[in-house]
Amino acid sequence: MEMVLQQPLYKRLAAGDWLYALLIIVAAGYSFSLYGSAMDYYEQLILVGSSIGLVALGWFWPSWRWFFPLAGGVSLLAIQLYDHNLARAAESFGLKYLLSSQSSFMWMCTLFFLATVLYWAGTLSRAGLLMRMGSGLTWAAAVFALAGLFTRWYESYLIAPDVGRIPVSNLYEVFILFCLITALMYLYYEAKFAVRQVGAFVLLVISAAVGFILWYTFDRQAHEIQPLIPALQSWWMKIHVPANFVGYGAFAMSAMIGVAQLLIRRGILASRLPSAEVLDEVMYKAIAVGFLFFTIATILGAMWAADAWGGYWSWDPKETWALIVWLNYAAWLHMRLVKGWRGEPLAWWAVVGLLVTSFAFIGVNMFLSGLHSYGAL
Amino acid sequence: MRFAIGLLTILAIASIIGTVLKQNEPYPNYAFEFGQFWFVAFEKLGLYDVYHSSWFLLILAFLVLSTTLCIIRNGPAFLRDMKGFRERATDNSLRAMRHSQQLALTLDEERATRLLQGHGLRVKRAARDDGSVLLAAKKGSANKLGYFFAHIAMVVICIGGLMDGNLPLKLGELTGSIKPETRDLPQAQIPEQSRLGTGNLSFRGSVTVPEGKSADVIFLNSGNGYLVQELPFIVTLKKFHVDYYSNGMPKLFASDLVITDKGSGKTSEHTIKVNHPLVVDGVAIYQASFGDGGSPLQLKAWNLQTPQAAPTEIKGNSLGAQPLKVNGRDYKLEFGELRVFNVENTGTPGSDDKSLAQRLNDARSVRQDTKALKNIGPSISFKLRDQHGQAREYQHYMAPMQQDGEWYQVAGVRSDVAQPFQYLRIPLDKDMSIASFMRLYAALKNPALYDEIRARTTAKAMQGQAISPAMQQQFSDSVRWVLSRFAQGGFGALEQFLDDKVPADKRQAIAQTYIKILQGAVVDVMDVAQARAGLPAWPQDAKHYRFLLDSLVSVSALQDYAAPVYLEMSGFDQVQASGLQMTRSPGKNVVYLGSLLLVIGIILMFYVREVRVWLLLQRDGTRLAMTSNRHNRDLDQDFERMVGYLNKQAGEA
Ligand code: HEM
Repeated sequence: MEMVLQQPLYKRLAAGDWLYALLIIVAAGYSFSLYGSAMDYYEQLILVGSSIGLVALGWFWPSWRWFFPLAGGVSLLAIQLYDHNLARAAESFGLKYLLSSQSSFMWMCTLFFLATVLYWAGTLSRAGLLMRMGSGLTWAAAVFALAGLFTRWYESYLIAPDVGRIPVSNLYEVFILFCLITALMYLYYEAKFAVRQVGAFVLLVISAAVGFILWYTFDRQAHEIQPLIPALQSWWMKIHVPANFVGYGAFAMSAMIGVAQLLIRRGILASRLPSAEVLDEVMYKAIAVGFLFFTIATILGAMWAADAWGGYWSWDPKETWALIVWLNYAAWLHMRLVKGWRGEPLAWWAVVGLLVTSFAFIGVNMFLSGLHSYGAL
Repeated sequence: MRFAIGLLTILAIASIIGTVLKQNEPYPNYAFEFGQFWFVAFEKLGLYDVYHSSWFLLILAFLVLSTTLCIIRNGPAFLRDMKGFRERATDNSLRAMRHSQQLALTLDEERATRLLQGHGLRVKRAARDDGSVLLAAKKGSANKLGYFFAHIAMVVICIGGLMDGNLPLKLGELTGSIKPETRDLPQAQIPEQSRLGTGNLSFRGSVTVPEGKSADVIFLNSGNGYLVQELPFIVTLKKFHVDYYSNGMPKLFASDLVITDKGSGKTSEHTIKVNHPLVVDGVAIYQASFGDGGSPLQLKAWNLQTPQAAPTEIKGNSLGAQPLKVNGRDYKLEFGELRVFNVENTGTPGSDDKSLAQRLNDARSVRQDTKALKNIGPSISFKLRDQHGQAREYQHYMAPMQQDGEWYQVAGVRSDVAQPFQYLRIPLDKDMSIASFMRLYAALKNPALYDEIRARTTAKAMQGQAISPAMQQQFSDSVRWVLSRFAQGGFGALEQFLDDKVPADKRQAIAQTYIKILQGAVVDVMDVAQARAGLPAWPQDAKHYRFLLDSLVSVSALQDYAAPVYLEMSGFDQVQASGLQMTRSPGKNVVYLGSLLLVIGIILMFYVREVRVWLLLQRDGTRLAMTSNRHNRDLDQDFERMVGYLNKQAGEA
């Protein structure tokens, strides 16, 4: 949101901004020179679109400028180590213990757990250093998550060219995406509003997701890369799923901020956490972002459904629950904007919202059957 | 507003019901699940098709109305506010604003205007009677537009949805001009009142077309029945394709279609795939499903009363029915689906007993080799119905299957569709044929051979000194008795005898004896069978002995097979069918337009901040006042900065 006294964007951009943009454009151009011939019209459009998106994100959020190139670099290193041979995953030390997608994800899980512990220790003992270390580990976990997703994308092509696909198409992969997006959104707000103590709460949801990932890996071998069934072979998927998870991530974060706020209002940990008013505002901002992306994701889903199932809306359980989630937050926003509600009731509502959202996210896959077949448990 | 929230809540609850209760199932399923009373009650409430029930549509209509009214009511004021600069603000009202301060600085009007405009504010000037000048400035008025966009979007989306809803059909059903058909009739006999002309603007239905066949109508679900929708063209399926990944998962479903326009007779060819529909005359054609289209089959019928006889050849068609006469009795053979691929998950090998190290190792690998998906080849299912109408269902696999290093032919049987199949594994000989088994089976079933068999078995037992000469006769009788009892009722019959006639403490020992006898005698049964057929003796090695033991299991299992014939599938010419879904949805683009408005509206509402600034330029000072639509924390900062900025500018001047 622009401040009134700010210069227009183009005047504010400094050399660093342009350098970053150049880096992205060069990288996109290089990818195009390598693979342009294999891309169809849509894929070229996606390349252009994602380059613009990456530049915009970097300009909007300075941390992104080192985060994205770092994660990209790590995955490029992994690709180098693979050297077109999947078997190297077990032979190369670097891949086996650090950079193969599964090792990256395991590191991600470990780092998120550690970050949770550090955030809590820091919050309870008021030790700023511990909390800063918590942030650092969260960043590191996010690097492993994004690099791991990129590497997994490459690995899928090594398994067989026709198996190759973007890793956002089953429950295992979207859980990693969920951890990544929630962590990144939190890190953004942490820096913007100086609310580092809230990390202890937000990291709890991420840890819960990490727990699920571990169970899903060790008990169900869900991490194996399976090829895409015909219904999922669509470029809509590539944008529908990530947009959805920005929504889920934001809603999850707002719920945890709601929990923190409720505790503060009851005098619990109040001296160790930011003021309830600040949290109220962060919670609102998170829900506003989540609502925007969730709306876009639902619309993209409808457009995909129009291609795949023969109708933009089929009242399939997943669709219907997306609508319920959407209505829920629309009502939340009305209460805040129209009725002027603040504080406790909205905090409770945000917490309940997470239950509704979780059901739409996992519950539907577990309990209801429908056309959405990407991830039965 | 409160009313609207109430409606939204009811809408949400209704939607939840629709996801928990499976929608649009055949009615008997519901009646079975809920019992008659609740079945009728739920039907009256329209719970089997919540999203098309009258009350659900009514709520939607109310929401549209309420949102429209809201726009009409708030709209004019919003628009006025958006256009206006509030340059008539009085001193009092300026002073009363939360962000307002009297600054001890003077700015000339032109300079002040430039300063404001330099920050993207639009400025309106108002000279006042006391000689002071009020500069009223603002930016971000589009925020208010967001309200219009988002709410008009809701109305537009609902209208689009209604255009594609089944409202006209519902009205037709109410007035009686349309009546869904509930019977399973050939297409040509479906009465006129269940047919919809090509003029119907909006529909969604499906049809199954076998390869080489055509369709010019589709079927729409409607409550308990269906309606027939005429199409403006004829669809012919030339060929259906399925491709699989190397691990057996489906990779591609595609149909080669020929479209013939009914009016002009022009034809065109297209291929549709999942996610790649085809649009003809405003009708979108989707690849929705696939199946068997009625494939010619070749079968060998082994008469189980005379299994030594060569099988007779039968021809049939999957999904078809034909009479079958066996041993003078009439049966009806009803074929089900021919499935060319049967991909089975043969499980995660040893997943339960893995060590931690093994699991850690697995977790590092992304290869897809622990889920053993495997294609086990074509299968045909069929029912054999006797004169009394009783039927059993069978499922026969064509390809030999290997288990523990040996090859078998596998057939499933069940007497009740709710039960799982019981599988029969018939061992195959070196020609991969079931003929050797049938020969053995025939010999076992033929009491005339028992004397020869028991003589051989007894002689061998004597030779091996397994029995004493005194027991010779008794042993020989036992062999005969065990053979005949087993041939009549399998292991079950022997068990039955033990349970009925032998004291519990002796059963175990006697059962062992019977099994031993059977295992010894079966070698002689096979030898006699081979000799009778003029074939070389059955080799005496572990492999061939295992064949015989497997055969005993199969003979026993044939008891439950309970058919007069064993139908072995020997060939087929696959004819596939493609399930096509077709929709005409004129509301689609309306919905998309509404969606676009919605996204723009949300962005404007949340991410455009409306800020107003007033500078009252007096002779001896300046009053600064600011407001914003929300986010007061941001405004605090803005206000501070503005004060600092103005002070600095005034200082420089
Ligand atoms: C997309 C997100 C939405 C946002 C951000 C939003 C925001 C708003 C705002 C700001 C107002 C109050 C205007 C004022 O200040 O008087 C309002 C009123 C209203 N909204 Fe929404 N709205 C949204 C979606 C919806 C939806 C989905 C519905 C229902 C289908 C709806 C129905 C209404 C109604 C009925 C009112 C009350 C009008 C009145 O009586 O004053 N809105 N909304």
